[in-house]
Formats: sequence, structure tokens, C-alpha cells
Amino acid sequence: MKPVLEVTKLTMDFGGLRALDRLDLIVQEGEIVALIGPNGAGKTTFFNCITGIYPPTKGEMFVYPNEGHPVSLKGLKPNQVTEKGLARTFQNIRLFPNMTVLENVMIGRHCRTKSGIVGAVIKDKRTRAEERKIVEDSYTILEKIGLTRYVNEFAKNLPYGAQRRLEIARALSTEPFLLLLDEPAAGMNPQETKALDALILKIRSEEKISILLIEHDMKLVMSLSDRIFVVDYGKKIAQGTPKEIQNDPAVIKAYLGEDIDA
Amino acid sequence: MSFEQIKKSLLVSLWFMVLTFPIMVIRVNTIYHTVEWRWHRMFGVGISVFVLSFLWRYLMGRKEAGLKRKDRGEADILSRSQKLLHEPRFTRPAVIMAGAFIIAFPFIFSIYQTNIMITALIYVVTGLGLNIVVGLAGLLDLGYVAFYAVGAYSYALLNYHFGVGFWIALPIGGGIGMLFGILLGFPVLRLRGDYLAIVTLGFGEIIRLVLENWNAFSFGPSGIANIPRPGLFGVDFSLREATIYIYFLMIALALFTVFVVRRLQNSRIGRAWIALREDETACQAMGIDKTKTKLSAFAMGATWAGMAGVVFAAKTTFINPASFTIWESIIILCVVVLGGMGSAIGVIIGALVLILLPEYLRAFSEYRMLLFGAILVIMMVFRPGGVVSEVRQTYQFKGKGD
Repeated sequence: MKPVLEVTKLTMDFGGLRALDRLDLIVQEGEIVALIGPNGAGKTTFFNCITGIYPPTKGEMFVYPNEGHPVSLKGLKPNQVTEKGLARTFQNIRLFPNMTVLENVMIGRHCRTKSGIVGAVIKDKRTRAEERKIVEDSYTILEKIGLTRYVNEFAKNLPYGAQRRLEIARALSTEPFLLLLDEPAAGMNPQETKALDALILKIRSEEKISILLIEHDMKLVMSLSDRIFVVDYGKKIAQGTPKEIQNDPAVIKAYLGEDIDA
Repeated sequence: MSFEQIKKSLLVSLWFMVLTFPIMVIRVNTIYHTVEWRWHRMFGVGISVFVLSFLWRYLMGRKEAGLKRKDRGEADILSRSQKLLHEPRFTRPAVIMAGAFIIAFPFIFSIYQTNIMITALIYVVTGLGLNIVVGLAGLLDLGYVAFYAVGAYSYALLNYHFGVGFWIALPIGGGIGMLFGILLGFPVLRLRGDYLAIVTLGFGEIIRLVLENWNAFSFGPSGIANIPRPGLFGVDFSLREATIYIYFLMIALALFTVFVVRRLQNSRIGRAWIALREDETACQAMGIDKTKTKLSAFAMGATWAGMAGVVFAAKTTFINPASFTIWESIIILCVVVLGGMGSAIGVIIGALVLILLPEYLRAFSEYRMLLFGAILVIMMVFRPGGVVSEVRQTYQFKGKGD
């Protein structure tokens, strides 16, 4: 086993507020790791730091791509982080509403292709071949996620569950080795959550992608994850297998409050 | 027609009668110091508003029914007008007829008409250019006329100092326009929405003020005269011939612009622009370099304005800063919004309507701007997406499906 993401002592201050406090986290290759914690614990801030949306105050973040040297994520812009092989989804769906489903996925191919303005205008052989490849690759991803029936539909017209899946499809098309899912099951009904569970497992086994997810649906978290990290007030309060976490007194305290009888 | 509706319409017409009372009914004769009461006009207003309010309600009802259909997902992805544009039985004859009309136009109509058409075509080109910035990339640019001015002055000054001809100046004008586009792009990279609009507005004004006040460079408000018309291997043209020549040149430039913009729209770069418009954060998180994408949008948009500026200078043979006021920026923006953001055909229709309409409304010269305003408002109420709204490319995959 080798790590794919290693975060050490990550600290993020917003003015006087310490949103993340010396957080350590490791994701190993092929693992599904969950990051849980009460609302406002700093989970999404953690994602935003890794993906370059916020520059962290202190701490180190390294990714280990399949080939090549470890790369520090510090100081990289969001698009550069994506180029390195991390892709994410958003807590509140952020698709491109007025683009078709296929085009949404095609956007993900942007950083893996390179035709420019001149190519677009004269449409030379290389550009045409690249464009065809983008369409085919994107369609293949839609097939995997099971969204082909919406292919030419506007993203905004999709049912909610399909929009969530489209976000995952779009992230996959950037060819990541680590997928960051921010509350993928939020707002889903039990059937949709079940389908999502299967989809995440399928992505891991078929695409060889490690997954780090934030989730509030405990059933999903417990069934999916290999390891769980629990944060509260920006600090890590526990880590371990689902079983260990379920019985951890610190976690129970963070979620349910102090036990009066004790 | 229920009692409720009649009551509502009566109230509306009463309200309008009161509202227009001072201007429509009272006329003060300042010479004889008498007041004239024109009561019959009041009834005219009342009756026409009564009828119009019914029409308005009917149209609003239709629009809402359409929206509901869309909500239930019954409406197609393409609207009726978009379908018409994709129907070869309609488009082929339409294109042939339009082509024939375009070729015959300068020979049928007077120089004056041809000149108006050239102006409209210049707006088509600038509109298509601004469409890249506003319609595709979603960057609200209120100082677009600055690039147009840059193009016009580059030709005028290059010609004045170095005797550079039109055909060499055309790409140079486009190039300098592009440079200025990038120049504006850098400081506004972090801005979006209203903030961006204000800064671009300021930029437009700065360019105009510099041209107006830097006498040694741009000859100030008196402008530059005797700019040569475009040449054709040294052939001497009469005024009429020159106008026709510029007309066809503009047609070619407009077609070229449409060609380039349409290709860009459905390319990798074009998709990045649209993604930037739709959601900046998500766009960046999907691996698109925001800086490059924004700058390329500004640069591409400004190039067309620069080229259109060169043609403008050559057409009028005289330019001064008064031609490049904020009003021009607004008109070009109206062309894009009215025609349909992100749609090339829409922008062409928008430009023709907005430029030709005021010309042909000269008959009602007093009410010209009133009508113009009314058309804009009605358009935005009933077709907020513009005459022809954006169509995304669709792809067919045969034999597959889930």
C-alpha cells in the first residue's frame, strides 16, 4: 500500500477563527476514506484547501501520482490541482446548467487536451481527431455512470439524483487518481443513495481511483468506507475503521453532546 | 372575458388617463396665455389602453403556459424559432433568397441606403465580437467601444504618419485591438458581474478622454480627416462605387466573423468560455485555467472591434472621439442582448433591427426613441433570451442507450 494523499498539520485561519487546526490525514491507494463531523466542523474547508480554492495558513499537502514524484499541492491554483489528478464534486451542485449533459462531461476533458484558438478556427486534422476523441471519451463515461439517456439534455433539466451523478461523471472525466466527493448523497432518497453506494464502489474497483468523501448519511459512510476521520471544531477527534468509530466516546460526544448520566 | 378582467382593464385605462393627462390633454399657449383642453385625446388614450391591456394579458397568459410546459419537461430542448432554423426545407430557400437580396441590395437601393446597411453590418461584426465576451464568456463589458476606437485610430494615425493602406491596416487594427483587450483583461481578472461592468465602463471612457485631450497624438476633438477609402489595386472609384465596394467588403468581413465565431463556439475554447459564464468556481475546479480563458475571450472580442473600427474609419473618412461614446457601447450591448446572447444569427437580427429600425422610424421622428424604448421593453418581457436564444450542439450516438 502506498499513500495517494498525505496531509500534515493543515491549519486554516479566517481572521481570528481557526477553521482547521493541525489536521493530519492520509488516503492510501484504493481506499475509500470518509471525513465526517458535525455541521461547521471544517470538512468542506478541508476540501477547499486541498483543491486550491483557499490557500491554507500552515501545513503540508502532498499527492503521490501513479507515476512520478510526490507533488506538493501548496500554492497551486484549483485548475492545476485538477491537472495533478485530484477531482472534486461540490456540496451544493455546481454543474454548468445551460450546457448539455455531454458538454458538462466534455469540460472535464479540457485539461487533458490542448487544441487552441487557431485549431478551432481552421479545424485541422489533429483538432478534429481530438474533438472526436473528447466526445467519445465523454460518452463512455456517461455510459459508465448510467446517464446516456440524458446525453443532449440541458444539465438544469435533470432530476436531482441525476445531477449529483453528473457531477461525479464530470469529475471522472478529468482522469483523477483521487476523487473528492462533498456530500454526494445529500438530498437523495434511499433508493438513490443505494445506487450511489454501488456507483462509488464500482468507480473504485473499475477505475482504480481512491476516494475521499464527506458525508452525513451514516449508513452510507459505515457501509462504504475503509477508514473514517472525524473532525470537530477543525480538530481531528478520532480516526479508524467504521467499527472503531461507532464505539468511540469522543465521536459520540461530538455528535450527541455530553451524556448527563455519566 | 370575465367581469374581473374588465374591471382590471378599466382601472388600468383610468390610471393611464390620469397619468397622461398633463401631456396629452393640457396645452398651454404661451403667446395668447390661454389653456387648451383636448378632452377627446383622453378618451383615445382610455380606449386604446383598455384594448391593449387585454392583448397584454392574453400574451402574458400564453407566455406563462409556455413556461409551465417547460417546467413539466414537455417542451422540446429547441424552441419553435430554433427548430425553424434547423429545418433544411426552410433554411435552404431562405439562405438563397437572403444571398440574392444581399448581392442585389446596393444596385437596387441608393447610396444612402447602402451606407446605412454598411453601418448595420459594422454593428453585426462588433456585436458578434462582443457576443464572445458577454454572451459566451459572461463578462459584462460596457467599454467595448474603446476597442472600436482603437481600431479606427490605428488606421487613421498609421495612414496619417506612414501612409499605411487599408488592407495592411485591417489586420494591424485587429491586432492592436487584441493587445488592448489583453491590456484591459489583466486588471479585471479578479472581477465579475457589476464590478467588472463598472471597470470596463471606466476603461471605455479613459480611451475616449485620452483621444479627446491628447492633441499632439490624436488631434483632439477636431479629429482626423481625409482617411482614404479602401483601395483595390490602385483603381480609382467614384463615391458610389467606393460605397458599393465597402458594402461587399463588410459583407465578407461579417461572413468571416460568423464563420470564426461559430467554429469557436463549439470548440474546446468555446466550451471553456461558456463554462466560465455558467460557474466560475466549478469551471476552475474542472481544470480550466481561468486567467487564460478570460484573457482569450477579451482578446478575441476586441479583435473584431478593432477590425470593425478600421472599416468605420475608412467608410466615414473622418473620425473624432465623438463617434466613440458610451452610447455606442450600449447599442452594441443591446444588439447582443436583444438578438440573443450566444447566438450568431440572433446577433445579426439584433443588429439589423436596432440599426435599421431607428433609420426607418425617421417618419415618426418625434416618437422614434419612444418606440425604440418600447420595443426593447416588450422584447425583454416576452423573450428575455433574445430573438434567437442560444443553441448547443447536440451529438448523435446510434445503437447505444441505457
